[in-house]
Amino acid sequence: MAYVAIADRDHEIEHHDPTTFITKYVWSQDHKVIAIQYGVTAMFVGLIALCLSAMMRLQLGFPNSFSFITPADYYQFITMHGMIMVIFLLTALFLGGFGNYLIPLMIGSRDMVFPYMNMLSFWVYLVSVIVLLASFFVPGGPTGAGWTLYPPQAILPGTPGTDWGIILMLVSLALFIVAFTMGGLNYVTTILQARTRGMTLMRMPLSLWGIFMATILGLLAFPALFVSAVMMTLDKVAGTSFFMPAIMSMGENLSHEGGSPILFQHLFWFFGHPEVYIVALPAFGLVSDLLSTHARKNIFGYRMMVWAIIAIGGLSFIVWAHHMYVSGMNPYFGFFFATTTLIIAVPTAIKVYNWVLTLWQGNIRLTVPMLFAIGFIFTFTHGGLTGIFLGNVVVDLPLSDTYFVVAHFHMVMGVSPIMVVFGSIYHWYPKITGRMFNETLGKWHFWLTFLGTYAIYLPMHYLGFLGVPRRYFAMGDTEFMPESAFVLNQGITISALFVGLVQLLFLYNIIVSLKKGKPAGPNPWNATTLEWQTPDTPPKHGNWGDELPVVHRWAYDYSVPGYHDDFIPQNVPADATPATSEHGSDT
Amino acid sequence: MTIALVFLAIIMATALGWLVRQTLNTQPWNANDPVENQPGRGVLNIDPAKIGLLSFIAVVTSLFALFLSAYMMRMKLGDWRPLPEPDLLWANTAILVLASFAFQLTRNAATRGRQAAMKIWLLVGGVCTALFLLGQLVAWQQLSTGGYLITGNPANAFFYLLTALHGLHLLGGMWVWGRTTARVLSGADVESVRLSVELCTIYWHYLLLVWVGLFGLLLST
Repeated sequence: MAYVAIADRDHEIEHHDPTTFITKYVWSQDHKVIAIQYGVTAMFVGLIALCLSAMMRLQLGFPNSFSFITPADYYQFITMHGMIMVIFLLTALFLGGFGNYLIPLMIGSRDMVFPYMNMLSFWVYLVSVIVLLASFFVPGGPTGAGWTLYPPQAILPGTPGTDWGIILMLVSLALFIVAFTMGGLNYVTTILQARTRGMTLMRMPLSLWGIFMATILGLLAFPALFVSAVMMTLDKVAGTSFFMPAIMSMGENLSHEGGSPILFQHLFWFFGHPEVYIVALPAFGLVSDLLSTHARKNIFGYRMMVWAIIAIGGLSFIVWAHHMYVSGMNPYFGFFFATTTLIIAVPTAIKVYNWVLTLWQGNIRLTVPMLFAIGFIFTFTHGGLTGIFLGNVVVDLPLSDTYFVVAHFHMVMGVSPIMVVFGSIYHWYPKITGRMFNETLGKWHFWLTFLGTYAIYLPMHYLGFLGVPRRYFAMGDTEFMPESAFVLNQGITISALFVGLVQLLFLYNIIVSLKKGKPAGPNPWNATTLEWQTPDTPPKHGNWGDELPVVHRWAYDYSVPGYHDDFIPQNVPADATPATSEHGSDT
Repeated sequence: MTIALVFLAIIMATALGWLVRQTLNTQPWNANDPVENQPGRGVLNIDPAKIGLLSFIAVVTSLFALFLSAYMMRMKLGDWRPLPEPDLLWANTAILVLASFAFQLTRNAATRGRQAAMKIWLLVGGVCTALFLLGQLVAWQQLSTGGYLITGNPANAFFYLLTALHGLHLLGGMWVWGRTTARVLSGADVESVRLSVELCTIYWHYLLLVWVGLFGLLLST
């Protein structure tokens, strides 16, 4: 019996509309509702992590001024800030949020392939968030082991939160991975199997390529975190010695012996490095679509962009040990990992050139999403260049564990993806809510955030060159730190608090515009991709009304010569275009 | 990490080969190539549920490959003392092979539309699996009464961990088996459970493969 593609038996599939309030908005299986649930939850924990960073900056800028921040608190803030931002905010928002919202709409399908599992994915994610946040309220507080959770210190007394915090953290991570796997299987299967007629892989918008590849990376890399979390939990709870060496703690010999902390580092970074690209690849994809749409120009080098995404995804699995140069390793390993690390710069640079070339002679519209997209090119190039410094073993050794590293990774995987998150939220806001946001407020939000983050992170590079170590609660009196470094630290703190407050503009804007924004219409940006061609805005359950769209062209037909509009949606047939001779190749 | 890397290389080579065929020689900027409008072009000729299962199997393989990498790395350290595998494991392996065999027969019966045979073999497969899980528990019992506790040595800890992990995956399969069996017993027709039966069969074969791999590793180290 031959298999018939989902898009071809659309009429035979029964679509059950949710009827009650609960099935519509709470236990919903609609990908759009799940996306919003994911997005709101992720932004909520992100706000908590933002407050934590504000507390850290208060301590660093003005040491000894705040009695309510103890050293233990400081380490707990660092740990929770890092873990929440990387995993519970960015990963969840890009894949659970944007992935869920955009995949079915962009490929022209009615929903995910496994809607029930999709719903389960969100609820397990919510439980993992609750478990994580619960660690603030248990005796001893959350773990203070740093987001890398390196043993042996992560589970030894002396580190904050070794009673309950670390266990809750590991359980929360394991739950997150289960949730992600359920979502991820859905995203992959949906992209492979539920594309509508005419939507070949190479006609997919780059957003989908980014999300698709990031999901595959996540599915293969998160097990490494799962493995290390399980083994560490056993070390902590059952007294095994997977990672724990023979060690003396508080004057007593512990029962552990022979374990290898380096083993944990290998497992952790085998997950940890792909994780960078799990966050970066969706950002690459989304920003490509933003740039193309708002520059009214096709993306430069589409096929190259696709293959760059694939190459980055593949390479990201063989660079993990560059996080471990200072752990000590065979020099030939260091050479190998430095080489692979620098090779990743090639496809990444291809992407940056192509973004810039997409802008070249485009009809650029400086809308709010476009500002954020261009801001991303700056911050990402910036963070990427410092990455080339740190990828080299000899340069990394002196800079490791200084503020240079902090500046590098915040530019490259903090600020840059967040730029794309904001740009994308502004871009798709009219589709999600049916209303426009306030453009002026949005522009203020962009400029203050963009310049503010530079005020935070540029000086940090300099602090790093001075040798100011990261992870320290207070610097005290040190010879190598000039007075100016302390003043800089104060300046960074003030900028950080300012940038944090500016985000209230964003929240105010998206909340108030829900009611007060002017109606956006179906396609306010004149975009080509399918999600803008839905019969209803916001799209109803089932997305497409009676008929699925049929795709006749790629996602980037902007400013096609001879056509009366400067965009041709993907579902417009070729013979409807007056100027086929100049553009289309058929007949 | 060699094992994990080899596994990844295999997956990526497969995916890349397929992607190359899908993407090279296409000119996406050309509108409406009539061939591209054919239904299902580029969509794999496989039921989505099966793709979901195969992707899940890739995830699980990644999980086991990483555990094995950790196993190999930890094994090289000085304090590793191998533990004697109980002979019972051989019997368990045989039972799991039987279970897998029974599932294959279930699948064959299902594709040929033979309801009665399918019902019997489905039950046999489930019972064998339950026996296997029980046997694993007994093996644990034997080991721990023999003084091989989880805290004693990393070899012991890995043994318990890997067998538990494999058992849990089988338990997950048993949940699906339970639901399918309930439907079959309440008289569901063959066509409506065929997909579930096929998925179970693939999953059981896969977990048998994992078990044989694990058992081989445990025996040889």
